[in-house]
Amino acid sequence: MQTNSILHHGRGKHAKWLEKAVVFLLLVCASLAIFTTIGIVFSLVVEASQFLQKVSIIEFLFGLHWNPQTAIRADQVGSSGQFGVVPLVTGTLLISAIAMTIATPLGLMSAVYLSEYASSKTRSIIKPLLELLAGIPTVVYGFFAALMIAPFIRDTGVGMGFNISSESALAAGIAMGIMIVPLVSSLSDDVMNAVPQALRDAAYALGATQAETIKQVIFPAALPGIAGSLLLATSRAIGETMIVVMAAGLAAKLTANPFEAVTTMTVQIVTLLTGDQEFDSAKTLAAFAIALLLFTITLVLNIIALRIVEHFKEQYD
Amino acid sequence: MKKPKKKSDVVENVMTVRNVDVFYGSNHAVKDVSLDIRKNQITALIGPSGCGKSTLLRCLNRMNDNIEICKITGEVKYDGQDIYDKNVDVVALRARIGMVFQKPNPFPKSIYDNVAYGPRIHRLAENKQQLDDIVENSLKKAGLFAEVADRLADPGTGLSGGQQQRLCIARAIAVEPEVILMDEPCSALDPIATAVIEELMEDMRLNYSIVIVTHSMQQAARISQRTAFFHMGELVEQGATSKIFTLPKDERTKSYITGRIG
Amino acid sequence: MTERSLTDMAGLAARHRAEKRFRWYGIIAITISLGFLAVMVVSIGSRGIGAFSQTRIALSIHFDEAIVDPLGKRNTAELSRSNTNALIRASLNELFGQVQLPSERRALYALVSIGGAYELQAALEKRPNLVGQTKTMWLTASDDVDIFVKKGINPALDPALRRLKPNQISWLESLQQQGQLQRKFNTSFFTNGDSREPEMAGFLGALVGSALSLLVCFAISFPIGVLSAVYLQEYAKKGRLSRIIEVNINNLAAVPSIVFGLLGLFIFINILHLPRSTPLVGGLVLALMTLPTIIIASRAALRAVPPSIREAAIGLGASKTQTTFHHVVPLAMPGMLTGTIIGMAQALGETAPLLMIGMVAFVVDIPTGILETATSLPVQIFLWADSPERAFVERTAAAIMVLLSFLVVMNLAAVLLRRRLERRW
Repeated sequence: MQTNSILHHGRGKHAKWLEKAVVFLLLVCASLAIFTTIGIVFSLVVEASQFLQKVSIIEFLFGLHWNPQTAIRADQVGSSGQFGVVPLVTGTLLISAIAMTIATPLGLMSAVYLSEYASSKTRSIIKPLLELLAGIPTVVYGFFAALMIAPFIRDTGVGMGFNISSESALAAGIAMGIMIVPLVSSLSDDVMNAVPQALRDAAYALGATQAETIKQVIFPAALPGIAGSLLLATSRAIGETMIVVMAAGLAAKLTANPFEAVTTMTVQIVTLLTGDQEFDSAKTLAAFAIALLLFTITLVLNIIALRIVEHFKEQYD
Repeated sequence: MKKPKKKSDVVENVMTVRNVDVFYGSNHAVKDVSLDIRKNQITALIGPSGCGKSTLLRCLNRMNDNIEICKITGEVKYDGQDIYDKNVDVVALRARIGMVFQKPNPFPKSIYDNVAYGPRIHRLAENKQQLDDIVENSLKKAGLFAEVADRLADPGTGLSGGQQQRLCIARAIAVEPEVILMDEPCSALDPIATAVIEELMEDMRLNYSIVIVTHSMQQAARISQRTAFFHMGELVEQGATSKIFTLPKDERTKSYITGRIG
Repeated sequence: MTERSLTDMAGLAARHRAEKRFRWYGIIAITISLGFLAVMVVSIGSRGIGAFSQTRIALSIHFDEAIVDPLGKRNTAELSRSNTNALIRASLNELFGQVQLPSERRALYALVSIGGAYELQAALEKRPNLVGQTKTMWLTASDDVDIFVKKGINPALDPALRRLKPNQISWLESLQQQGQLQRKFNTSFFTNGDSREPEMAGFLGALVGSALSLLVCFAISFPIGVLSAVYLQEYAKKGRLSRIIEVNINNLAAVPSIVFGLLGLFIFINILHLPRSTPLVGGLVLALMTLPTIIIASRAALRAVPPSIREAAIGLGASKTQTTFHHVVPLAMPGMLTGTIIGMAQALGETAPLLMIGMVAFVVDIPTGILETATSLPVQIFLWADSPERAFVERTAAAIMVLLSFLVVMNLAAVLLRRRLERRW
């Protein structure tokens, strides 16, 4: 039987060893997050650097033509501008811009209504419904965009004499915009709720209407937080894959649509990597190089956004 | 507690409260209160915490409207009208009855924009010059202008606690109200800042009628002309401050003043 | 001083109008967003509902022994490869004896799906004693017939471009009059794997693939996620290491999903040489993506357990490990499970990363293990959406309905779990 002395616990050593082992195990698990990030960076950099040995970085980043087919037929890298990523980036930005143009007003005004005007009963019904929009897989949005939005736009647009390429970008952009609305809405909602009630009280006590309070007191106070939310939403739009792949492809096969305005970075990554080819072929390497660029862009946006939102929330604690 | 109105009576009521009950859901927070607010006087509402004084104060400018579960019955009259009448526009009401809060709450804007906010939304100034004048006068009346005249563009949140509260007072004054409601305006301030504001209130009394909720009996005794004592949601006693503090009629008032309760 | 009353002030009317407008903007924004949701659900639903029924043709099939089992062995393996096509043709020829020209006969045979032959083979394999008998068998019609029965002729389309020729239509009409052309519940949609023929295509293969991938994903991400959250919330001191881990988790939650696919491609497939296109690799990639969600939700659940619980246990002499795992974690478990279910629901809908690791192959057989080639439900939807045949449109929409119902069930389960087991502190 053990002594009850608090100075010497019979099981002490054994328990300490177990404690340490448990903590170590937990730490390993938690560190997986770091390893994942390292893994991502490692994968992208290794392959991209192999790619950049074949194609100069200047041509990649600043070239204006994207035509990866040429590189396979000839062993040497073809004439300049075959791996210029600029059209991909502009295509990505175009569709993301359309998406954000739709998502920002819809998301912000939804958040405003839900947090400032709606009764708690209304809010408890509408908010989960908006979350439903976020839970729908992007492949479903892509299907809807390809099957219903794009033809609708094409039929309307042809009658008005618009260029087909911007219509496809429009179809994908619209679907993407609606998909992002819940994100913008819930992030803005959090941000506006963080603004202290005391400021609202002050404004109401001065005789401001609700709209005046929201527009002139709450919005400006929440502005950094809202900016951060919009950056996060933009990053999401830039990294989106399925909607653009399906809406840009319509009924055609996966080979890239030649209209530059519609091709995005993610579409090209998918195009280059689906199909039976050797792993280290030029196509695969090019895909990783694009992915590295994509990862960098979204990472920078995310870091800035998270910093801004954190700093903003600290202000009001 | 009606005083018969005589022609020689120079003291008039700027607001009257008659038989007001306030319910927060099922909680009966204010019970059948009737109260007179005299013009150009400071009326203090005192009593132990949680007795309903702040709740009643917020009824006077209908700030309780924003709270879903709050129900109010009875009559609150201002300028001859029941402010809860459905024809009354609460926005216009609050341009005439202002409020200063317990914790200073300047907007995260410049000092100038804080004071200019009210006049801007109510369109009280026709040009920039008029607005500048309003801001300057309000800051002067709040006793703050001398200290901030050269830095009106600085953020209002950068001032000290006492200065922030005076900024909030200036902001309320800028709208040119008749009545100013103050909910424990000094409880978050140090004694020196408190003294400054108490002095300010004496000056303000000349142009405005003030209703102040205060936790401190001494403060009420110092600055107010009328005092109303609340206990557990009921208005126990009201009258001239000197009388309340020297010759209270009710046992509960006596207990509170002598420190036995509260 | 401007004129003021309690009922009117300068510019008051305009301000209230602005207030009303502003309020309406909010309502309109919500209406547009939810309206889009409604349109999406209704349009996909209306297009998909047709896939749940399938046109079938009843033919009297004589299982001629001379054709299917000339040696009389009744060997099931051989029977499953026998020339059942000939049986179908024989039956059709008998029904429509007047059809003589070879080109017309080809048109006649085209009414029945290619899969019809497989259906007969499967019937023979199951019941070899069918040989020699004559039975009425319901065979799947071809996709053109199916669309015709469900939607009729498209009057706007040029007759020369129509899929069904007039002779085929008249044959179908006579079959219909005799009750030999009917729409039946489409069981093969639920029991078949993928197929090049839309009328034979089913989603079971994809469903099993998804289930296996999610199983792998859960087995990896749940324990690691929970343990990571326990470490960060209960053990870690506010030092640089825990800060770095937190930053990493927050960033990983916002990394585009396709990048995870590339990570899987490079490390799991290229370096570790794990088999491509399998639920094992798919599950691994999904696990990495789901980890941040589970960790963040679990941390919130742990944070919600009041300190008094921990203090009580420690006060009784429990070690940190005992306190955490005997007391805190069980109380936080409902919240952790809720977060995990939500994470699994997100993983179920992921497509891009699985495309990257090759789960885009054409998979006919139902996978039976995590090391077999498989696809997933969203990838199947993606592949079908690419196919031009009209019948695939129907099936894609129906598969989306199936996917969405799973997601609804999972999310409902999470909400119910949260409500049922929520403790009031």
